[in-house]
Amino acid sequence: MMNNNPGPAVEAAGLRVVRGGRTVLDDLAFTLPRGRITGLLGPSGCGKSTLMRALAGSQAHVTGTLTVLGRPAGHRDLRPRVGYVTQAPSVYGDLTARQNLDYYAAVLGIPRHDRAGHVDHVLHDVDLTSHADALAGNLSGGQRGRVSLAVALLGEPELLVLDEPTVGLDPVLRRDLWALFHRLADDRGATVLVSSHVMDEAERCHRLLLLRDGRLLAEDTPDALRERTGADTVEDAFLRLVDQADAEAAQAAGQAAGEAAGQAKEATTR
Amino acid sequence: MNAARTLATARRVLRQLSHDPRTIALMLVVPCVLLTLLKYVFDASPRTFDSAGASLLGIFPLITMFLVTSIATLRERTSGTLERLLTMPLGKADLLVGYALAFGVVAVVQAALATGLVVAVLGLDVAGSAWLLLLVALADAFLGTALGLFVSAFAASEFQAVQFLPAVLLPQLLLCGLFVPRGDMQPVLHAVSDVLPMSYAVDGMTQVVHHTGVTGDFVRDLAVVAGCALLALALGAATLRRRTA
Repeated sequence: MMNNNPGPAVEAAGLRVVRGGRTVLDDLAFTLPRGRITGLLGPSGCGKSTLMRALAGSQAHVTGTLTVLGRPAGHRDLRPRVGYVTQAPSVYGDLTARQNLDYYAAVLGIPRHDRAGHVDHVLHDVDLTSHADALAGNLSGGQRGRVSLAVALLGEPELLVLDEPTVGLDPVLRRDLWALFHRLADDRGATVLVSSHVMDEAERCHRLLLLRDGRLLAEDTPDALRERTGADTVEDAFLRLVDQADAEAAQAAGQAAGEAAGQAKEATTR
Repeated sequence: MNAARTLATARRVLRQLSHDPRTIALMLVVPCVLLTLLKYVFDASPRTFDSAGASLLGIFPLITMFLVTSIATLRERTSGTLERLLTMPLGKADLLVGYALAFGVVAVVQAALATGLVVAVLGLDVAGSAWLLLLVALADAFLGTALGLFVSAFAASEFQAVQFLPAVLLPQLLLCGLFVPRGDMQPVLHAVSDVLPMSYAVDGMTQVVHHTGVTGDFVRDLAVVAGCALLALALGAATLRRRTA
């Protein structure tokens, strides 16, 4: 099936999102290669979640090109093929973890006799088998987040869009989840986009998108980014790119101000 | 629309309720207690109990289902589960009809208990069949569910959702003929009551109380209530957006 669709999993060009009159994402262009883990990094408020919502098809006012698995983002055919996890766990607190998964599996169209097997499988993937029959509302925040992640794994989606899935988890769990993401990419060929504002997670990704103020600062592998900027860590690389961008912006602004001042001077002397 | 997804949604809503026995008890017991109270309030005038009791049999399911549905769907919106469902292959009708079915099941139990109580224990004098009372109660519950689904789109918080009960249902309660027969009202108010669905919910009940067979007016009342419910469901579907700002 993947051979029929050799192109990248996601292709964006001139992508722009306006929310409440403010441009949240501006002129983004990038690709997500199939079967790879791409990290979406940037400070909070830079537009990561908006970009993920655009990919999942729940964001309004998206212009430009955004192609997901060969279709425009949000196309109805994509709904069973894209798994999306929001930042806040979106599960029913008054259902058990298993009942949550059973319902979402039914919505995804997994036949009744296969459902229990699928549910057990994803519960195992997120290491929640022992809490399967606890009410989601009684679980800890991190556990509830993993139920939400398990929902996105149902039905083996080709693209996983995960909004900060490792926030608030202990180091052991974080390591286990990253191992899971790599298994999904390596064994199943799934394309994974993971957002984070924790830069040390960047090292675990195949590729990185660095986002700042709704604009793309860089799109590269972690190694190439470090090499290009001469930094030791991705965090340093990010900071250098930010400083560089700021300097360029300041220079441009200075030039514009200089020109304006010059024009003003000209006007008074005349 | 897809039967498997609709039924899965209905089952999910019922499962959620099953984890909340107190809400179930309140939904089932409160109408019975209130009807019993009404019986003794009108101890001296059994005729008044006959008319008011029948009206309330129509009003209770409407109010309960309105309240429960509007809060349940508001929670679905604020918890992010609605957004998630709408990124999945779930039709809007699957969701709305799933809710209507689940609360319909609760409404059947509630209406059966309330109708059984007033007819068998409290001695409400009904000319028609108790089954018809049950049928109207169900239609009213369906209307309450549909209205609740619709107005929950306009509530941003539980505070607002609860305020929609007095805003949407109390004017209908005042004008539905429970307190003053609609025919005796000022012409303007009578005209207003003619376009409010609860008037037909109550009229339908009154028809069953006073007539032995199925009257034309009864069929009309039932059709108006069901029609309003379908309209509210359609409007509710229009407020569900897959893409939001």
